[in-house]
Amino acid sequence: MRRICRLASLVAALIWVSAATAADFAAVTPDRHLHFPVDAGAHPAYRIEWWYVTGWLEDDQARSRGFQLTFFRLRTGIGEDRPGRFSPAQLLSAHAAVSDPAIGHLLHAERRARVSGRLAGASEGRMEAWIGDWRLAERSDGGIVARAAGERFAFDLHLQPGSPPMLNGDGGFSRKGPQPGHASYYYSLTGLVVRGSLRVDGRTQPVRGIAWLDHEWSSEYLPAGAVGWDWLGLNFDDGGALMAARMRRADGTALWRFGTLRTAGGEVRALGADALSFEPLRQWRSPRSGVRYPVSWRLGVEDLGLDLEPLMVDQELDGRSSTGAIYWEGAVRALRDGRPVGRGYLELTGYGEALRLGGDAPGR
Amino acid sequence: MIRGVAAVFVGGLLRRRAASGLSVLAIALGVALGLAVQLINDAALAEFGRGLRTLAGEADLRLVGPASGFDDALFEAVALHPLVADASPVVDVSARAQGQEAAIPVLGLDVLRLPAVQPALIPRTDEDRASTAFAGFRQAGVFLSPVLATRLRLAADTPLVLKGSAGALELAVLGSVPGAGAESVAVMDIHAAQHAFGMTGRLSRIDLRLRPGATPDDAARALATLLPAGVVAVTPQASVAQARGLSRAYRVNLTMLAVIALVCGGFLVFSTQALSIARRRTEFAFLRAIGLGRRRLRAWLLGEGALLGIAGGALGCALGVGFAAAALDWIGGDLGAGYFSGIAPSLVVSPGAVAAFLALGVMAGLAGAWIPARRAGAIAPAAALKAGAGDPLSAAPGWPWLGPLCLLLALAACLPPPLAGIPVGGYAAVALLLVGGVLSLGRLSRVVSAWCPPVPVPLGLARARLQAAPGQVVVAAAGVLASSALAIAMAVMVASFRDSVDQWLTKVLPAELYVRAAERNQAGHLSVAVQRRLAAMPGVARVDFLRHDRVILDAGLAPVSLIARPVSEDGHELPLVGEQVAAADPVWVSEALVDLLGLAPGMPLQVPLAGRSHPFTVAGAWRDYARQGGALVMPLARYRELSGDALADDAAVHLAPGHDVGGFAAAIDETFPAADLEMASPGEIRRISLRIFDRSFAVTYLLEAAAVLIGLAGIAASFAAMAAARRREFGMLRHLGLGRRQIAAMIAAEGGLTAASGALGGVLVGGAIALVLVEVVNRQSFHWSMDYRVPWWSLSLFLVVLVALAACAAVLAGRLAMSGSAVRAVSEDW
Repeated sequence: MRRICRLASLVAALIWVSAATAADFAAVTPDRHLHFPVDAGAHPAYRIEWWYVTGWLEDDQARSRGFQLTFFRLRTGIGEDRPGRFSPAQLLSAHAAVSDPAIGHLLHAERRARVSGRLAGASEGRMEAWIGDWRLAERSDGGIVARAAGERFAFDLHLQPGSPPMLNGDGGFSRKGPQPGHASYYYSLTGLVVRGSLRVDGRTQPVRGIAWLDHEWSSEYLPAGAVGWDWLGLNFDDGGALMAARMRRADGTALWRFGTLRTAGGEVRALGADALSFEPLRQWRSPRSGVRYPVSWRLGVEDLGLDLEPLMVDQELDGRSSTGAIYWEGAVRALRDGRPVGRGYLELTGYGEALRLGGDAPGR
Repeated sequence: MIRGVAAVFVGGLLRRRAASGLSVLAIALGVALGLAVQLINDAALAEFGRGLRTLAGEADLRLVGPASGFDDALFEAVALHPLVADASPVVDVSARAQGQEAAIPVLGLDVLRLPAVQPALIPRTDEDRASTAFAGFRQAGVFLSPVLATRLRLAADTPLVLKGSAGALELAVLGSVPGAGAESVAVMDIHAAQHAFGMTGRLSRIDLRLRPGATPDDAARALATLLPAGVVAVTPQASVAQARGLSRAYRVNLTMLAVIALVCGGFLVFSTQALSIARRRTEFAFLRAIGLGRRRLRAWLLGEGALLGIAGGALGCALGVGFAAAALDWIGGDLGAGYFSGIAPSLVVSPGAVAAFLALGVMAGLAGAWIPARRAGAIAPAAALKAGAGDPLSAAPGWPWLGPLCLLLALAACLPPPLAGIPVGGYAAVALLLVGGVLSLGRLSRVVSAWCPPVPVPLGLARARLQAAPGQVVVAAAGVLASSALAIAMAVMVASFRDSVDQWLTKVLPAELYVRAAERNQAGHLSVAVQRRLAAMPGVARVDFLRHDRVILDAGLAPVSLIARPVSEDGHELPLVGEQVAAADPVWVSEALVDLLGLAPGMPLQVPLAGRSHPFTVAGAWRDYARQGGALVMPLARYRELSGDALADDAAVHLAPGHDVGGFAAAIDETFPAADLEMASPGEIRRISLRIFDRSFAVTYLLEAAAVLIGLAGIAASFAAMAAARRREFGMLRHLGLGRRQIAAMIAAEGGLTAASGALGGVLVGGAIALVLVEVVNRQSFHWSMDYRVPWWSLSLFLVVLVALAACAAVLAGRLAMSGSAVRAVSEDW
């Protein structure tokens, strides 16, 4: 299976390809201001863009599960001079996953397609992305629909924002490395109230929960020298929210740290490198891939100490057979002095050998 | 006892080494040919099916359109249909590669849709490529299946240069299609393929995987409302069935030839056995006298036949497998007939087929030995122990009218229509003609010998003998009849066919020069601008432009060739056959379509053009040897009006007086340097066509030669046996004062007369079989007619040589009899 689809490794390409094509991609500059709802829609002039929903769901019996739905948009720079229904100029990829401790590993599914009419697309001007019947779209009442289905799971969720978008970095301009060129436009919708239905292994049940939505677009993302990142999106039980991330070198040290904190009172402030510290507490070694992931963390945010504990250890997503990428992406609990204070999602990329893409060094 | 008896019988076979060897060879030939045809066809069909499974992958249903494709807007509606789980769009073209004789099948695909529908076609980027990002979407890139990569033998980093619709197309080889198995196929991005091969906004096919629970039939019905005219839903299995149907006629015909060869072998066993029994009468009488039962004797003699059959069958199976392997290597899975182009089948010897043909060989041996064994069983021991008693074969056949009856039945057998596409009646007629001919042979040999003058003495003696003992003559002549009938039938049929093809080529190629952008169904065309410039070139009297497409007239039928060309109202430019009618919106259909769709002049016919169905009227039928699946011709102007397609594939250039073809061709090369046009003169096309024709019929020439050899060998064997049995007679004749020379002359005359009556029967039966082959078998199998033509000169020469050779063979065989002393020969039996 490994041979299959290597070329179509969309997500890997999306994240790690830097200068493969000669298209004239729009640059991310600090002077741009984000406007809503227009900027919730697609920005096809940029190389990459994603809408990334993560959250916790609880059923009637108060069982917790994690869920994730991502739509990636990718401008390839190929075939832009000749229009057509099958033009590969804009590609879409979607990932969906469910973390169920009763199952013990991720259930996940993916879809990929060229942007083409009703089959797959990402609208400009408003948040709406779809591949077939998978969908992430803002409705006229301000709610967001997130719908996806895999072989063993399906969810159809309604997400209700309770606060305005949280702009990360400098008013939405978020740097990813020491060079100002490596940056993205980045905002998050935090504290989304979730209700809907979830099917796992044939059993459908109503669920409620809390979710997080990231929307980010860029043309130059990963800075030179970085092999991956650790990212956290956390909804505090008191209504606050935290985004914390670091770009990581091959030796495991941080190349760049950035974050945003929204207090329970609604005050938003960007967190610089000095305000963030990441300390891995516990490693978990995947029995399938042999990759070791730091699944438990001590996070320092200003003077606040948080312990991150995963909903379950095995939340590895092995996409080597299809996308070429292997990473850990899962639901985590935040504890303060042993007391739960929030729920969120942690993403750990670049720990596996599959960071390579057909011989291309990552982040080159 | 058994060992002793076995020694008598097996020893007998070994003593008659030449005759036994020939019988074995004849059976072997039949078995070999039959098995080879079977194995080759099996291999080709299996490969075709495997290829189809590879290419169609997991598809439950395919939506197939004309060669020119259909609007790709259909894809969205189909992919979103509730019964459809996954859909994969396909642009399927074949393109000429630089420096390559054969065209390359190119598939334009969406790599993102392959995993669910056609996983075997997923391309893999070479690891050592500098940049693999988006390789599957690269517009100037291509992936080659392993077989194609081997065939093209491109050096590393050498691009593949294909002929696109707008000139040469340079494609970087980015990797391989490892799952494509033995398929020869190049895969590229669908968007790139659409633009490169004149298919912008169009698709050739959509392969579908259905939702669980949806049957292909349900889905086909549900999707039907979405499909434009000319696009149909078919299951991948249906394509295999179509290929099988198309090649079946060819296979059945070759298998029939094998059966005829087997029948010849059976005849040979019959004649040698009959004569050897005549020779061994005394032996048998003795064996009977010492207690060997009638049944046991018969069983032993049948065993002899079976032994010959086993030997022939075993040898034939070995030869057949070898022949099949060699043919697959050298000619291809369709023996050069063109049904399975572009696939490389590998031979798989199925034990079932081998066993069946071995059994056929044994049956031929048994059948040949059947009548002689019965006759031998009927020998009365006491009478037979006394030498000189009557020949068991000389008894006249019990049903004198059986022969003519068979011939009459043959006539009746020609009337019924084919069964499942196979002209069963025609083959029955062939068999009845052969049997009837052989049964009427006694009569015929009396007539022939009656013509023979009674002087000089040797001729008179020969004549008297043939008049008196037709049983033996029938036996010797039957082989000649069967083999010469086969040879003559094949010769007449092939001559008729070749002649008709030749005339047809003259009719369909009237212009001085043909200019074409690409092979049929390949990418590339003459644009409107090129057409205008071509027509305006100095020296051009007239240019007729042709446009080819393949359209689907009926979901159960393979796509049919559509030829749009200038045609006058009466269609006289076409090789018309049969009745013609005047029609407002005429199309002319090939004979194949007449048979397959049950069409007749004056009938309406709906033809899908550009996604819409248009009513036409069948104005008449025309003969087409090029497209067995059927073809229809419509006036170019009407085609352009209805389809909006102003392009052309071919141009037939008529030159003004005073302009020569060579100079004009050079001028074309100069005027259109980039267009890379191919030019051919009618002579060249005709030469190539006839060469292909001769190649596909090479196997029949081989069979004819083998049949004649068998016939001659049969005469030699018969006369060797007869001469040995007649040593007493020759001795007597010597006593009566006949010289050795005269006896030789007598034997030669007997041989010649026997061969002549066999050959005369062969001519009559062969001519009749040829008529059946031309009018019934070919018409019903391949749906084309031809003009019956007898190659008189070569046939006469063949007959004269055959009779002369038969006389020589008889003399050579009789030399043994003449070598001994007259006295000893006479006293031998006392």
